[in-house]
Amino acid sequence: MPKSYAETLRDLRAAVREVSPLEVDLARESRPETVLIDVREDSEWEQGFLPGARHLSRGYLEQLVETEVPDRGRPIVTYCAEGIRSLFAARTLAELGYTDVASMAGGFRAWKAQGLPWQTPVSFSPEQRQRYSRHLLIPEVGQEGQQRLLDSKVLLIGAGGLGAPAALYLAAAGVGTLGIVDFDTVDLSNLQRQVIHTTDRVGQKKTESARQAINALNPEVNVVLHEEVLDASNVERLVAGYDVVLDGTDTFDTRYVLNDAAVAAGIPVVHASVFRFEGQLTVFQPDAGPCYRCLYPTPPPPELAPGCSVAGVLGVVPGIMGLLQTNETLKLLLGVGDSLAGRLLLFDALDASFTELKLRRDPACPVCSDAARDARAAGHPLPVPAVSSIAVSEPFALGATGAR
Amino acid sequence: MSTVRIPPVLRPAAGHNKEVEVDGATVGEVLTDLVGRYPNLRTQLLTDEGELNRFVNVYLNDQDIRYLKELATPVEARDTVVILPAMAGGAG
Repeated sequence: MPKSYAETLRDLRAAVREVSPLEVDLARESRPETVLIDVREDSEWEQGFLPGARHLSRGYLEQLVETEVPDRGRPIVTYCAEGIRSLFAARTLAELGYTDVASMAGGFRAWKAQGLPWQTPVSFSPEQRQRYSRHLLIPEVGQEGQQRLLDSKVLLIGAGGLGAPAALYLAAAGVGTLGIVDFDTVDLSNLQRQVIHTTDRVGQKKTESARQAINALNPEVNVVLHEEVLDASNVERLVAGYDVVLDGTDTFDTRYVLNDAAVAAGIPVVHASVFRFEGQLTVFQPDAGPCYRCLYPTPPPPELAPGCSVAGVLGVVPGIMGLLQTNETLKLLLGVGDSLAGRLLLFDALDASFTELKLRRDPACPVCSDAARDARAAGHPLPVPAVSSIAVSEPFALGATGAR
Repeated sequence: MSTVRIPPVLRPAAGHNKEVEVDGATVGEVLTDLVGRYPNLRTQLLTDEGELNRFVNVYLNDQDIRYLKELATPVEARDTVVILPAMAGGAG
């Protein structure tokens, strides 16, 4: 005996659990693993949707849902415009083996009527769609991620060996604002690795040279030039408002000053350093891991930590480390993956090997420990060890290999 | 024998070796054996009192010995002791 539509719907309502928009809104907080699936057509989705919802129109639901939601035990709420199509969709999902499926009663219309939040899709220009098409294809980036990048601000300390490749790839990725702190001019000896500068720009300010390269690659990046030496007097102002700082400096003074200010401001610092054939990389993310002072409580004597200008470096090493920094930066901005917070990655170009060391927060850290935060909040920051304060009895001499 | 990984900046003082095989049942003994073989390393790694210099990090495999038993941390054969210096190089 064939069933009428009314009978079908009645049976469906008996079989499928329905939840109210208010319950869905609460579940977004209390059960954040809940997946909201919007089963409407493209034209309806474009008019607006629930924050965080995934769009799988009913016509493609069966084909796409396994990829979108591989875990069949994950709670799912389907919704449509009025709460009918989502009932059919919920039944289909149950048939596919999903065990915790509900349909939102009243659909998007009821959601809006309750005054609950909704959003409209990001709109990209045709040129942006083409430029960022390879990002838009990745589920972990997509339109939302790309929009995040476009809205992001990254501060590069130094447009040198690490900063040069980082700036180019961050610009290519569409990071909306790139700040560059550098006071140097382009020198011929920079060009062995600082690929953002060019031979015909030797003698120009590095900041200006970097801006030319960045905007030649991606004209929509807003480049903010900070032509100054980062120090304790200006660091707070320089880092303010940036989402991530990429540390590509050459001195311990700068690294400690930057660390202390970034911890205080709650801004993650993606850190790398290089020496000849080797590099170190980590992320100092306030609250998620240690800070630079936890790792290196006091700086080494200058003889033990020569910069590239003294010790030399294989040009590709800062290139590799700078791009690994860029990778960490993009992950932080997009909120995807596992950051290197709490892990130090060592790279050896000669062996082509990576070694990972575990880093811990120093409970007695004068900058990022709870006591240090409290002291800062009270207006009396804890004292920190001075840089270059340690005398070595026997100065370390670099060997003959590559020192010149 | 366990392996000590020598950071590039210290290699000239360690016979230009990247890795050195040494004896010792603790990290302290391993470092003592190491500086016995390469005396120029002593002032870089240890204070006059035989403590680790504050600017030198030492890891047993992937763990910082500051959070283990410091120089008394036991070392097994096949363990790797990593000496980690701070590096400043980046921009230049």
